[in-house]
Amino acid sequence: MEPATAASNWGVAIILLPLAGALLAFLFRRAATRIGIGAAVATSLAAAALARTVIRDGTMHHAVGGWGAPLGIDLRADGLSVLMLIMTATVGLAISLYAPAYFRGESRKPEQFWPLWLFLWTGLNALFLSADIFNLYVTLELLGLAAVALTALSGRADALTGAMRYLLATLLGSLAYLLGVALLYHGFGSVDIAVLAERVEATPVVWTALGLMCAGLLLKTALFPLHFWLPPAHSSAPVPVSALLSALVVKASFYILLRLWLEIFAPLVGDGVGELLGLLGAGAVLWGSIQALRQTRLKMLIAYSTVAQLGYFFLAFPLAVAAGVTAWSAAAYLALSHALAKAAMFLAAGNLIRFGGHDRIADLDRVVQRLPLTVGAFALAGVSSMGLPPSGGFIGKWLLLEAAIAQGRWDLVGVMFLGGLLVAAYIFKVLGYAFTQANVLHESRAVPASMEWAALLLAIGAILLGFMASPVLALLGVGDPFNAVETMG
Amino acid sequence: MTPAFLYALIGSALFALGLYGLIVHAHLLRKILALNVMGSGVFLVLGGLAGRTPQGAPDPVPHAMVITGIVVAVAATALALVLMLRVRATTGRTVLPDGRGN
Repeated sequence: MEPATAASNWGVAIILLPLAGALLAFLFRRAATRIGIGAAVATSLAAAALARTVIRDGTMHHAVGGWGAPLGIDLRADGLSVLMLIMTATVGLAISLYAPAYFRGESRKPEQFWPLWLFLWTGLNALFLSADIFNLYVTLELLGLAAVALTALSGRADALTGAMRYLLATLLGSLAYLLGVALLYHGFGSVDIAVLAERVEATPVVWTALGLMCAGLLLKTALFPLHFWLPPAHSSAPVPVSALLSALVVKASFYILLRLWLEIFAPLVGDGVGELLGLLGAGAVLWGSIQALRQTRLKMLIAYSTVAQLGYFFLAFPLAVAAGVTAWSAAAYLALSHALAKAAMFLAAGNLIRFGGHDRIADLDRVVQRLPLTVGAFALAGVSSMGLPPSGGFIGKWLLLEAAIAQGRWDLVGVMFLGGLLVAAYIFKVLGYAFTQANVLHESRAVPASMEWAALLLAIGAILLGFMASPVLALLGVGDPFNAVETMG
Repeated sequence: MTPAFLYALIGSALFALGLYGLIVHAHLLRKILALNVMGSGVFLVLGGLAGRTPQGAPDPVPHAMVITGIVVAVAATALALVLMLRVRATTGRTVLPDGRGN
């Protein structure tokens, strides 16, 4: 048994803190909001401490209970895991500051929201730390069940049917993934990612497992054309939940796909599978953006924008064959900046809905004068989504463009430029209405300051990411998660 | 053909059958049952392949996975059934509104 290091203590803490918070918030319902905020702050601090120790000491390994693989459960945190944990903590903290004001005045909502959200956070943290494919399945299910329950929180008909569709899709995805796990275990006698990476060979069993796991995870990540469940679920949920789902939950299944690809499957498959994923990604960028442009409701527009932005991550797959580190860093950077920008957009949309009582884009009625912080947040988040400098989205797209141009992939360059133009079109469509007088007058409701600031801080974070390329890329280098592919290329 | 392989084959067949049911049937209870059939198929594959060693005791790890999987499946089914009842109570119907997707 290895002695417990500071890093592994923090690694365990960021799973146990939100879990304890969830149970306490469930038991002591009257204090749910206070317990929830306390747990959110504590979890974020633990994530920062883990990041600090991992940057200093390198990759963390921890055998839960001292058992170790193959019988026990291993936790592992390299640069990529830590980046995802920090992303979760940042977005999670902002949403935890937003939620109390959002749910104030609704009798039972806070006591339902906090336990589920903290369970979701537990699942996310456990997922990003998992080192074996079966534990990833379990965390994926924990995450999925909490996310579905949160989607249904409002109890309205559209939320319930959206949640039901989401549940069926997510369970189907999990079962396909689990069958892949069963086949890999049968073939190679382990579920540990590192062990599998050494043993795996290109056999029909592995190809079947690859197909099943990829299909399941793509369904959960809502990659075009498997995105049908995402817009209704993400747009009908309460606003803090929409932000969580779009910013964090879809990243979890993408992270698993990326891990499996990098460590297990990449050395086996030829260019074909990567090209196919890139093609689907390009389809998602164009189709999602066009659909976003056609929407008349603000939350639907933002949900389709998620479908489009997810497509960019998959453009990294065909490019990674020759430029592994650049393409994967781009995907990780895009995931991070999308999380901040998309959460900011949904929270800003929540403020507009609170203010005007509706989310019809055409009736937005000159909110810019009365909610300047919210409109500012929406605009800044839009800048990052378009990929304009200086912003996190710009760095991510720049790295991706660099890889594409170096390889002469002008088709992908074209998709990226067209995608950026379409984002600009739908962002300006919303902002245009925010600056003009609407035909119909509405009763307006005051928006609490904490809701405006939570949205603005996240949007500023998405812009600041544009200045933080070197620390983020240095963090991504810890444990060298992308190296396996580069030696291939 | 060893018995273990036969179990795995039947498990795969159940998975495919469940997938068919999930796509074809509109009623939510049938969709939930179809997902359970798929889950049983996966568990059968796991359990069957555990007996692959020709000599001696079967591999215990897949059995542990099946038990974990059953716990997850029970929780997921409970959530799905509650959600189905709420959909019925709110919309008066036990099918999802439009024909898109599953």
